[in-house]
Amino acid sequence: MKSMNKTLLSAAMAVAMTTSVAHANVSDDKVKIGVLADMGGVYADVCGPGCVTAVEMAVEDFGGKVLGKPIEIVSADDQNKPDVGSAKVREWVESQGVDVVTGLVASSVTGAVTKVTTDNKKIALIAASASNAFTTKACSPYNAHWTYNVVALANGTVKPMVQSGKKKWFFITADYAFGHALEGVASKVIKSEGGEVVGAVRAPLGTTDFSSYILQAQASGADVVGLANAGADFVNSLKTAAEFGLTEMMDVAGLLVFTPNAQALDPAIAGGMKTTTGFYWDRDAEAREWSARFKERHGKIPAMPHAGAYSATMHYLNSVKEAGTDDSDAVMKVMKANKPNDFFAKNAYLRADGRMVHDMYLVNITKESERKTSDNIFNIEKVIPGDQAFAPMLPECEFK
Amino acid sequence: MKISKFNIALVGLGLVAPLVLYPVFLMKVLCFALFASAFNLLLGFVGLLSFGHAVFLGTGGYITGYLMMNTGITPELGILAGTAAAAILGAVYGKLAVKREGIYFAMVTLALAQLMFFVYLQAPFTGGEDGLQGVPRGELFGFIDLSDNMNMYYFVFAIFLAGFWLINRTVHSPFGQVLKAIRENEARATSLGYNVNDYKWVAFVISAALAGMAGSTKTLVFQLASLTDVHWHMSGEVVLMTLLGGMGTIFGPFVGAATIVSIQNFLSGGELGNYIHIIMGIIFIVCVLAFRSGIVGEIQKVIKRNFS
Amino acid sequence: MATFLGINLFALSGQLLVGLINGSFYALLSLGLAIIFGLLKIINFAQGAMYMLGAFAAFLALQYLGMNYWFALIFVPLAVGAVGILMERFLIRPIANEDHLYSLLLTFGFALVLQGLFTHWFGSSGLPYAIPDELKGGTRLPFMYLPNYRAWIIVASLIVCVGTWWMIEKTKLGAYLRAGTENPALMQAFGINVPLMVTLTFGFGVALAGFAGVMAAPVYSVSPEMGSNILIVVFAIVVIGGMGSIGGAILTGLAMGVVEGLTKYFYPEASTTVIFFVMVIVLLLKPAGLFGKEA
Repeated sequence: MKSMNKTLLSAAMAVAMTTSVAHANVSDDKVKIGVLADMGGVYADVCGPGCVTAVEMAVEDFGGKVLGKPIEIVSADDQNKPDVGSAKVREWVESQGVDVVTGLVASSVTGAVTKVTTDNKKIALIAASASNAFTTKACSPYNAHWTYNVVALANGTVKPMVQSGKKKWFFITADYAFGHALEGVASKVIKSEGGEVVGAVRAPLGTTDFSSYILQAQASGADVVGLANAGADFVNSLKTAAEFGLTEMMDVAGLLVFTPNAQALDPAIAGGMKTTTGFYWDRDAEAREWSARFKERHGKIPAMPHAGAYSATMHYLNSVKEAGTDDSDAVMKVMKANKPNDFFAKNAYLRADGRMVHDMYLVNITKESERKTSDNIFNIEKVIPGDQAFAPMLPECEFK
Repeated sequence: MKISKFNIALVGLGLVAPLVLYPVFLMKVLCFALFASAFNLLLGFVGLLSFGHAVFLGTGGYITGYLMMNTGITPELGILAGTAAAAILGAVYGKLAVKREGIYFAMVTLALAQLMFFVYLQAPFTGGEDGLQGVPRGELFGFIDLSDNMNMYYFVFAIFLAGFWLINRTVHSPFGQVLKAIRENEARATSLGYNVNDYKWVAFVISAALAGMAGSTKTLVFQLASLTDVHWHMSGEVVLMTLLGGMGTIFGPFVGAATIVSIQNFLSGGELGNYIHIIMGIIFIVCVLAFRSGIVGEIQKVIKRNFS
Repeated sequence: MATFLGINLFALSGQLLVGLINGSFYALLSLGLAIIFGLLKIINFAQGAMYMLGAFAAFLALQYLGMNYWFALIFVPLAVGAVGILMERFLIRPIANEDHLYSLLLTFGFALVLQGLFTHWFGSSGLPYAIPDELKGGTRLPFMYLPNYRAWIIVASLIVCVGTWWMIEKTKLGAYLRAGTENPALMQAFGINVPLMVTLTFGFGVALAGFAGVMAAPVYSVSPEMGSNILIVVFAIVVIGGMGSIGGAILTGLAMGVVEGLTKYFYPEASTTVIFFVMVIVLLLKPAGLFGKEA
């Protein structure tokens, strides 16, 4: 009798839910997207005002309305500080009716923000962070990690190099969470392929002079020096490596290179270097068409987080439309059920743990002679299928 | 009598404010107001510019955050522990710093703060760049749920009033009179037989403890303790708040903190985010050039000129 | 390989040398600060921003005027010095009689504005500036490969530092300068235009930062953040050397470069903190700094 009641009850609830879905059920009669990014700091060129532009483009391309309700965008600067970012997002979701948060650059900020979004049952579309924590130890049913992560970078860049016989590695690592994670994941890949990590040095974030570390790398006897850092740290360390003749002695692998960083380097130094990216503007006609529109508005070619932010927003809006509501659980269900497919997301699907699995690209940085315009940054060498790039899902993160 | 009516009105305003404004924003204002008031005790009333005061804010925050996450103690005890930790650190740092004056005092406090910054960056319990995330707010005295913003607000407001009262009390006590005497003429205070360094030290410890209390409270409000709170930029920010509001005045730091937090809040949303450094810098310059007494100081001047 | 107590001496020599190269930058920057503080009692927290301005000016001069590195090395410091002169004349002079701490706050604000403007105009990723052709390549020393440009950094900054020290401590002009700041009224009575001298001295101190900025452009990334990162380190160096001691600033700058270099070898994580550690120790033992006179 009791179990019978239960079944009836759940059936009734299911009916109630589907009917509520059928009515356009949009909280406060609008869908509000919050873009949190670094507007003026070290990652501003990677996902700052450009990410806002990308989300605006997505909303305009979608038509500005979903389920007959207007789509609004708010944006804020997180200054790369977890406290600033999480405070802003808390304000958004608690008092301004924001339904979904995107942008999200510095992994430390994203970690703090996803705690707030998860507590409030709001979706976080992570467009620019690298850490793989958001789909592993800090996974949440409301996270969608879109563009890339440290695992994909390590698998894409490091694996083929070890396989080609470059067995001994030395790391110059940015001394914070992201650098440690990248070094850790890359070291695992190296060991599993039969290679060896002969040394590593942890350089404080924002180090201006890398010459000391470069000398240590030179003395290590490694085949490859892996740069487990990003942004200005990457640019400075590679510049110094070239200056001290390191690039002629051994290979250098930049594990995370965004297009604006590569643009900041002399092609004589960076040309030929391999790296992995989730998007390149010149990949095909579709990407070129979108990128041209982006450049017209933003002034610069898009980096991968910009394309990721557009793609994630578009998929979210399509899913809201299909779910008939902006209720996060219902939307997430549709997002995971339907495969995103646009100029960015190729052979893509949003996995149950929130990882967006899609094609990644092994590229090399163009040499002087190949740089017809200053925007010709990469040559695509190889497409890495998503399932090879990203790590398999952890069982405890399998959300329905 | 008139003053106390003014105070009652202010408290009343504080009590109804969260019904109109977003409570978390108000709590942020209160935390920074307490921090700036604590800082002002040193700068405004003893004449010591500490350029490393963020270390106490951060210490309070990290200790409270760590205890709340790992021991399950109640929030009032967490805040007490954070405050105590900041006071102990203040006692040690103060002992070293008060022997120095002027720019050397500023530099010693900066250097000592940088050493702790390094500790918090490297120590395993602080979470490095990530900070301590997801600190539970807990239940006050074990039964008032602070995850409710309104409950949290009134708790923060009570802490702020307690801290503010303590500062006010200190300033107007005989002890406070000696501090002011030291600020005006240190040599004379010494010749009157006061052990100047001891007085400075006690003021330093009180200031550090209250800064720590502000940090502990802030950590509970935002459920996060991070490196931002120990960075030297934060030490600069509190100088700005105090200067803008009016150093050496009781309400100045409050006004300064409220203004800066509001500006940051306003600028952080949207297009103007780009200009945050520029606007802060301009405020600094304008304050130094034109309003060295700060907002409250200038208002007091006007009142004095016109009404007495 | 030669080792001593398990330490590779070859590697150590390399670290000492790169430490000295960094020390050259520190010496140049702290020299400018020490002149401004020692002679004028102004605490210039905008020195880092002026260094950044120097690097950007070199970049812009190349980009828009086609001015090469060597000309930039002469003209950029002049331009940055001119900015300094304007700043002294219109911002600092009005508060000349106030507490020193006000000049600290004012220049800190000025630095924020400059940094904000450059971030707004050029983004924060950093801009490229190539090493001049004449200084490309390097020399293979027994213990390391020394890029020619790095060798040039040591030589050029030593020339500038020693020249400045000599000018202030050993020449008649320097004597006027020191006397003029010790006792302005008297010097004014002798017919020397003290306010002009103050302005020019400030300009010169700032120009040194501009010079360091041009020197840095080819090896460090030209970015708006470069000044604020280095500022408090350089400030610590001036304090360690003894505020106002010109020779102290130069020697401490070089020494701290070496100390930092060694830290990068033995405990790299602490390399950005070690200078503050030294500063605490020095200030506790010798309050006026290593080369300063007790007040």
